[in-house]
Amino acid sequence: MTTDQALGILFQLYQSLLVVALAPLLTGWVNQCCAWLQNRSGPGLLQPYRTLRKLFHKDAVMAYNASPLFRVTPYILFGCMWLAAAIIPIIAVDLPFSPAADVIALVGVFALARVFIALAAMDIGTAFGTLGARREMLVSFLAEPALLMVFFTASLISHSTQLPRIVDALAHHQFVLYPSLAFAGLAFVIVLLAENARIPIDNPATHLELTMIHEAMILEYSARHLALVEWASSLKLFAYISIGIALFVPYGIAEVGAMAGNWGSALPLAIFALLVKLILAGAALSLLEALLAKMRIFRAPEFLGTAFLLAVLGLLIHFLLGA
Amino acid sequence: MDIVGVLPLDVAGAVIVLWLALGLLGLALQRSPHLIINVIFPFGAIVSLALAATGLWALGEVASYAILPMGLPDLPLHLRLDPLSAFFLILLGGASFGVSLFSAGYFKSMQGNTLGLLSLEYHLFLASMALVLLADDAYMFMVAWETMALSSYFLVTTDHNVPDIRKAGYLYLLIAHVGAIAILLSFGVMQGGHGIGAYTFVAMRGAHLSAFWASVAFLLALFGFGAKAGLLPLHVWLPEAHPAAPSPVSALMSGIMLKTAIYGILRFTFDLLGDSLGAQQWWWGVLALALGLVTAIFGVMFAAVQGDMKRLLAYSSIENIGLLLVGIGLAIIFHVYGKDALAALSLTAMLYHSLNHAFFKCLLFVGTGSILHATGERNMGRMGGLIHHMPWVAVLMLVGVLSISGLPPFNGFVSEWLLLQAFLLSPGLPNSYINMLIPVAAAVIALAAALAAYVMVKFYGIIFLGQPRGEVKTQPHDAGIWERIGLGWLALACVALGLAPVCVVRQLDLVTQLLVGRGLGNAAAGWLFLAPVDIERASYSPVYFLLAVLGVMLVTALVVHYFYHGRLRRGPAWDCGFPAQTSRMQDTAEGFGQPIRRIFEPFFRIESELPSAFDTHPRYHGRSDDRLWFALYLPIKSITEKLSSLASLLQHGRIHLYLSYTFVTLVVLLAFV
Repeated sequence: MTTDQALGILFQLYQSLLVVALAPLLTGWVNQCCAWLQNRSGPGLLQPYRTLRKLFHKDAVMAYNASPLFRVTPYILFGCMWLAAAIIPIIAVDLPFSPAADVIALVGVFALARVFIALAAMDIGTAFGTLGARREMLVSFLAEPALLMVFFTASLISHSTQLPRIVDALAHHQFVLYPSLAFAGLAFVIVLLAENARIPIDNPATHLELTMIHEAMILEYSARHLALVEWASSLKLFAYISIGIALFVPYGIAEVGAMAGNWGSALPLAIFALLVKLILAGAALSLLEALLAKMRIFRAPEFLGTAFLLAVLGLLIHFLLGA
Repeated sequence: MDIVGVLPLDVAGAVIVLWLALGLLGLALQRSPHLIINVIFPFGAIVSLALAATGLWALGEVASYAILPMGLPDLPLHLRLDPLSAFFLILLGGASFGVSLFSAGYFKSMQGNTLGLLSLEYHLFLASMALVLLADDAYMFMVAWETMALSSYFLVTTDHNVPDIRKAGYLYLLIAHVGAIAILLSFGVMQGGHGIGAYTFVAMRGAHLSAFWASVAFLLALFGFGAKAGLLPLHVWLPEAHPAAPSPVSALMSGIMLKTAIYGILRFTFDLLGDSLGAQQWWWGVLALALGLVTAIFGVMFAAVQGDMKRLLAYSSIENIGLLLVGIGLAIIFHVYGKDALAALSLTAMLYHSLNHAFFKCLLFVGTGSILHATGERNMGRMGGLIHHMPWVAVLMLVGVLSISGLPPFNGFVSEWLLLQAFLLSPGLPNSYINMLIPVAAAVIALAAALAAYVMVKFYGIIFLGQPRGEVKTQPHDAGIWERIGLGWLALACVALGLAPVCVVRQLDLVTQLLVGRGLGNAAAGWLFLAPVDIERASYSPVYFLLAVLGVMLVTALVVHYFYHGRLRRGPAWDCGFPAQTSRMQDTAEGFGQPIRRIFEPFFRIESELPSAFDTHPRYHGRSDDRLWFALYLPIKSITEKLSSLASLLQHGRIHLYLSYTFVTLVVLLAFV
């Protein structure tokens, strides 16, 4: 094993631990910004960690008729989301795990997690559980192809479906606005809102029965299982924002080979750039949520259909203009 | 491998003879049904496995020929085993192994005489499918094709006492024959007017048709095989015949028989019409691509609104056939424009998906058989919570559900991944209209794949999860040992095909080399990384993927239990604290499909009755029908009825009238001579 490979594995491990530790902080930051925008003082940045700690210490309560599928799903969910967040290049491009799973597989990981949480929601057999599962699948059957089309646009520009190659190619171009990427970016924002159960599709802060989607699915979870599900949600938000950063503002991510020579200077710079971008993205997300209103559930397909069409348009534009 | 004097074709022929013998033996053993169950079907399964092994052996060998001393004058029966046939033999043998084992358990409560007949039809059906794949002349092909259609018709109408099943069987037989006529006409065009000796495939390959006649032959073949495969608008028999047939038969029909139609399209397009295809017939590909896309979206949309579990799977088969046709269409387009590496990629994706679909669709269909035996129900709206009563079936079918939804690391994902890679590599075709079609097609494929996940969550969630919704007749029991082995084999194949794609792709190269003259190859060394073009460009490693997810899960579980605790209490469901919940408040199958029905409303013909708000025993009734049935089939039916009523004017049942018709006809004909 060469030094480069050893360093690569080290970075992979480092990034994996970093994302799992930072993800709740990002959620806390978004919530804090939302509170500020609503003129509240807010619970503080560390509230998600306190919630997780509390949940882990409680005894789990599970319905009498819960099957093993229900018990194992939080672990699958957490595993999938952790994997997703760990393979997106956010501080370094040299990630040894990336050849194992490209962008299509990344979409597959999200789909795997979603299918399991939807099945778990149907497992207890309550009215809200199945309602949530149905709505989640409704939202995702339009959001998932839109996300795939966004990735397709990016990978056509960079001639690769591997995330490190895409990021590398996009970061090395000058500040040129690709028209296709502009459409893709717009579509991506809509997908991000929908997939992370944010306003206008869903409201993460409410348990209002008739409108909830994500919360309806996880109603029956408690204690450590709920903690894992919540943590997985944070990881998912983190992963999506990282994808946005990697595709649309990849500047500052440490390049291939840069780590080998002078990682002492490249790494702190990359981490600093990442933190700044995350802070800005979180603030922008909360601002977007403050400006939008929750939609009726049957408006959601139109909204997501728009995202899908935008993404397809982006792809078409790439095919027509080659840019 | 060289076994002295024995060719793969000989072994395949022996397998066919063995199947026929087993079928006849089953008929003779009517009086001892336990022998049919415990000997004939398992032995038939072993024969299937032998056929799969023969196919694997034949993939790497040169094509072997045989001419049987039977058949028409000047046209003896020709057999040939080349890599394309060999691949489909593997598919047939591998999938039918599981289904036959399952059948041994499934049919055990059947009456002796019915069982004997069924055993004959079942093995005849398998043998005729193998013969379709081996046929090397039009006569042999049509005989085998018709035997396949007839034996499956009798299998579909096993419960012929039920009028609906007879109706479904009739519809199937009708469309199968309309298709067969088109295939026969296509053969007629391809032989180019050179007499009966030109009906061999060898002669057809060298027939050098003009562009016009080649296109006519292609369109007839697409129509004929499309009728068997369930291509729009010839799909109507699938959702009727599949629920009517016993579950193992539905599995064989959906998983394997539909693939013989795909085999036919490949054989005709790339082999028999291979010369003409090179001559700029790009619109063949566009037609196949467009038809495939429409079929895929249509199938998955209708699958989402079904309440009957076998109808749902039948519509899902229509979707998958659509995806296969998209692969064929892409391959034609690339082949015509000389991009054979890409043609090989799309063909590989398509062949891989055929194999995957054979295994997971057989798995799901035979699984519905176990459920049907356990509950006596096909309507999902009366099931629920079966995972507690049938854990084996539930776990094994979960594998099938995850595979068919195209989720990593299972097999459905690999073929989807390959197909999407083919789309991603396609820019740069000289025809700008096709260039614009390609991204739209990719988007439709992605949409169909996402909708398939919706359908499968509905399928699995409603049947196995939640609480029982209605009164099922019997206490549900898990599958028996034969059924478990059959299901287990099919599930194992889904996992293996998902985890070792490189090994499969290497074998598929031999088939694509035959069809488009190129193999895909694998850019990465070893078997862990699938990289069709270039490791820098795209790669996927299911084994690492699985290890990573499992590793992370394990670490999480250990950390959570070590640092905190594993205490667990059981209590009643929470459901937002609502106390008066009943199992009737869960979604039914109709309820789960309702968003799709609402979004795609124009495509369905919806009948629904809503109860009034003051009804004390409210009942909801809803039906979503296929518009094509009303817009296309019923008019054709009424026209046919009108024409035949006109024809009946000639019929009076009196012999002297018919004799005078004959006389008039003779006089008229004499006037011409």
